[in-house]
Amino acid sequence: MILQPVLAILILRFYRKCFKKEDIPRNWKNIYWGSTAFAILLFLLFMMIRESRTIVSWLGHIFLLALIYKGYNSPKLKNARSALNAFLPVTLIYFIIDIITAIDKSFYKTWENYFDVAGIFAFIWMIAMLIISNKQMKAIEKERLKTEEAERVNKITQELKAGLEIQVSERTAELTAQKEALEQTLSELKATQAQLIQSEKMASLGELTAGIAHEIQNPLNFVNNFSEINTELISEMKAALDAGNINEAITLAMDIDDNEKKIIYHGKRADAIVKGMLQHSRSSSGVKEPTNINALCDEYLRLAYHGLRAKDKSFNATMKTDFDNSIGNINIIPQDIGRVVLNLLTNAFYAVDEKKKNTKGSYEPTVSISTKRIPIPGKINGAKVEITVTDNGNGIPNEIKNKIFQPFFTTKPTGQGTGLGLSMSYDIITKGHGGQLKVESKGGEGSQFIIILNI
Amino acid sequence: MKILVVDDEHDVKTLFEQRFRKEIKSGEIDFVFAYSGEEALSYLAIHKHEAVLILSDINMPGMSGLELLKQIKQKYHEPPPVVMMITAYGDAENYKTAKELGADDFLTKPVDFIALKEKLKITN
Repeated sequence: MILQPVLAILILRFYRKCFKKEDIPRNWKNIYWGSTAFAILLFLLFMMIRESRTIVSWLGHIFLLALIYKGYNSPKLKNARSALNAFLPVTLIYFIIDIITAIDKSFYKTWENYFDVAGIFAFIWMIAMLIISNKQMKAIEKERLKTEEAERVNKITQELKAGLEIQVSERTAELTAQKEALEQTLSELKATQAQLIQSEKMASLGELTAGIAHEIQNPLNFVNNFSEINTELISEMKAALDAGNINEAITLAMDIDDNEKKIIYHGKRADAIVKGMLQHSRSSSGVKEPTNINALCDEYLRLAYHGLRAKDKSFNATMKTDFDNSIGNINIIPQDIGRVVLNLLTNAFYAVDEKKKNTKGSYEPTVSISTKRIPIPGKINGAKVEITVTDNGNGIPNEIKNKIFQPFFTTKPTGQGTGLGLSMSYDIITKGHGGQLKVESKGGEGSQFIIILNI
Repeated sequence: MKILVVDDEHDVKTLFEQRFRKEIKSGEIDFVFAYSGEEALSYLAIHKHEAVLILSDINMPGMSGLELLKQIKQKYHEPPPVVMMITAYGDAENYKTAKELGADDFLTKPVDFIALKEKLKITN
């Protein structure tokens, strides 16, 4: 019978579909192609050599049954089982017919109609089942494609995730490097700031030097002059004593005594100036000591004024002082407060000088410094001390008023100001002394800086 | 001779009085002191023509010696007082400005009193 090789080829086609195109195992490929070739061989033999038909028919039966058995047995071919169910009745019916025919041909002849009907039913069954199976296979295929798609998407997601992770770690490394670079820059900036603070100190010392030279020159002149006068007076006194003129000698002695007092006074004045200069250049001892704030303010007012005069001969300003003598000594770090006062005064002089340069009409540049003791209500011994530096310069515009205490902020032309004066002053007053540094200013009318210290 | 000394240092008064004590005693020189340019001007306004010689410091708070010199030379023509300027630095710039403003003579700090006395004798 010709049917078996044809069925075998069809079954093999179903088996083939159980695998994905790309990954058919090698042994299965061999089985598939081998079996297909064998089926075609059987078919050709059957068609061409009449004498071989009986053997080919039996080989076809065995081959077909073996294929079906293999199909039911192998888990990998599970999807082809519904197709096998379609082929099984046809295969069995014709196998049985052939066996019966081989054993007793007359029996077959007697029952031929029944066998034919069974064969037809088996064929109808086969076709129906194949249609169902085909549908199922299509559904399975669809499902498989879906799974494949999901797997593909999943794979892409994984790849993207891995890529992102690499990117994230790269960015993290970048950020870490940036952070380290910034930390490095910050520490460099801190070092630079320390250097700038030192140079600001040196710059203000330079401003002081000329003022100090002038300030020392005056007392030294007095010391020299009164000493010379005393030499003269002493020889006069000797002459008077020699002449027996006691009264004149006594008058001369009193003059000498007065002059000695002047010499001592001016000697001490020079001494104080030198000490002040040393104190200013020395780094702050950080130790608070009882200090006469009025004397300190007065000293630095003169130094600031003469310092500017030394730099610019045309500079001139009226200075006013108003000191509260009830303050007495207060506990402060003198060189630090001195630095603040000097800075405020230098700024004030600078402000009035700027206004003078730009004013054509009459303008009297005036800088004043005052001190005031303010009792705290309710506290018997508690009080505050206010040190106020006022100028009648151009004032500070509102838009920069909150910037003036920031480090490196300056309105002076490049190279003339470090921008550290006020920020240093602010730190000294607030951090160093727990006080306040306030500014009040009206555009065009001048500025007022107020230091408030608790005592 | 009446001399007006202008300086912001108060002890200048004592110093001059001591240095010139013989001249003061003999009535040769009469000193008047002012401690600022403004004070000097108000003195001159009240005591017209009295000061024959004005000795002025250049570096003073408020009105500077140069400003004072300028005002004196503008206001007082007859007889023009002799103005001698004293400067702490003896610098060329102040010297030049003072000369332009009509300063009659110059002294440098520290004041050499022997030289000053010589100058006063010539002025006399």
